[in-house]
Amino acid sequence: MKISREDVEKVAVLARLELSSDEISALTGQMDAILSYVDKLNELETDHIVPTAHAVPLENAFRVDEIRPSIGAENALFSAPDRVNDFFRVPKVIE
Amino acid sequence: MELYELTIHELHELLKSRKASAVEAVKGCLDRIKTTDAKVNSFITITAEEALKSAEDADRRIATGDLHALTGIPLALKDIFVTRGIRTTCASKMLADYIPPYDSTSWLKLKECGAVMLGKLNQDEFAMGSSCENSAFGPTKNPWNLECIPGGSSGGSAAAVAAQQATATLGTDTGGSIRQPASHCGCVGLKPTYGRVSRYGVIAYASSLDQVGPLTRDVTDAAIMLGAIAGHDPLDSTSVEMPVPDYTKALLPDVKGMKIALPKEYFIEGLDPDVQKVMENAIETYRRLGAEIVEITLPHTDYAVACYYLIATAEASSNLARYEGVRFGHRAAEAKNLLEMFMKTRSEGFGPEVKRRIMLGTYALSSGYYDAYYLKAQKVRTLIMQDFLQAFENVDVILTPVAPTPAFRIGEKVNDPLQMYLSDIFTIPVNLAGTCGISVPAGMSRDGLPIGLQLVGRPFGEEAIIHAAYAFEQATEWCKQKTKL
Repeated sequence: MKISREDVEKVAVLARLELSSDEISALTGQMDAILSYVDKLNELETDHIVPTAHAVPLENAFRVDEIRPSIGAENALFSAPDRVNDFFRVPKVIE
Repeated sequence: MELYELTIHELHELLKSRKASAVEAVKGCLDRIKTTDAKVNSFITITAEEALKSAEDADRRIATGDLHALTGIPLALKDIFVTRGIRTTCASKMLADYIPPYDSTSWLKLKECGAVMLGKLNQDEFAMGSSCENSAFGPTKNPWNLECIPGGSSGGSAAAVAAQQATATLGTDTGGSIRQPASHCGCVGLKPTYGRVSRYGVIAYASSLDQVGPLTRDVTDAAIMLGAIAGHDPLDSTSVEMPVPDYTKALLPDVKGMKIALPKEYFIEGLDPDVQKVMENAIETYRRLGAEIVEITLPHTDYAVACYYLIATAEASSNLARYEGVRFGHRAAEAKNLLEMFMKTRSEGFGPEVKRRIMLGTYALSSGYYDAYYLKAQKVRTLIMQDFLQAFENVDVILTPVAPTPAFRIGEKVNDPLQMYLSDIFTIPVNLAGTCGISVPAGMSRDGLPIGLQLVGRPFGEEAIIHAAYAFEQATEWCKQKTKL
């Protein structure tokens, strides 16, 4: 086994997903199959290969640091599930 | 001939000579959507009222003589492109009621040309899938056979073109999501080089692979659409500052002396016999047209799917962290604290495939596994990229199948994610290499399903693949095939 049920439960917390027992069982089997498949990458010797993060070689893209119009609070809050005045409202953070 | 059956360039001629109006063209498409979409389910949102209003604007613009090739043309967008004031769902319950406050650059550019938007198209949720079955709004059906998948993730974009609901559409391609559905639905699908088209306002899946492109009825239309959306965008730092050529100048029927390469790793045992036959005929056609056919090797092909499913899921797990129920989208009711709200919101809002990829990506990036999985995949990506760059030192374009089989049946692969992933085996390497590819109709299966061929070009070599695709299209009749829907 490449991955255990306990591993899957731990990863679910990292991913901020609340999964049912059935979902955990199904994912354990599927992730195990996929991880076994991707193991084939280890057939390749890559010690001296430079990793590719981006296909197009781009340097940092800088822009002038100047104030430009933004979408504004009203637009930003338009789709908020819950708001008070100009703020997003969320459940209590500090007990 | 009905207006909704025409290509962009055919409709443009009628609009320019005032033999038809944009309002007539748009009404024709809206009626066609009404009579066909209960069967096909290409659309998530239809914006009839706005479409008619923009068609009237387009007609006024045409009357002044100031028209672009896309003025008054009825288009539709994959629901991954944010549209100001118009619901954008990405086919997810998470965004079922999301109204974006801004427009994606691609749509803004098309709008400035005077194009008309009919609505937003179905897809796999967050572009994760190869069959359009992973949509919170139900699957899209293949217009050639309603029991088959249209391909994915831009399944609605391909089906809408094939079902003659829209003249052309926009899709996105992360591992084949434009080319594979184009192949399955019998239309042309172009994935430009990474950096050629702005990704601003495209809901992110895997940011180092995602790219925007058109799905059209023929190669000329693909060249027109690409010309309209390509170019540097200050709002996307990965878009490249390079002049945009006139892609319609590459529409040349003569391929004498063009070096077309067949990578031996793509012509393997186990290729569907119908696909095999279509490829043999295509090679023969190019030979007859005077192209030089050479065999090459892309030795790391067999590692591409494994490499992709680590890189794409890792990037997805990071990109999709933004859906937490605070600023927009779904929020779970009655959570006692913030963490519980995050967890419940995400569990309710995401479908099974999205959860699977977030889990896989989180695992690949997690402490202790990063080097073994994510970093390893990035190194293999380098090898895959080098395969292509070396090949293009000696050849002009690479010819391959788009998918190993024609469209499969709805439900056939839903319980085996790995089998589903392997259906993108011939398209994924192009995204990893960051280069461009086009899918062109090239034949039919014995069951009457379209089969496309793929032409791959060097980075920013869109003109070469448009040239090769156009020559093939002009020499054959496959682009003219129509569904009996």
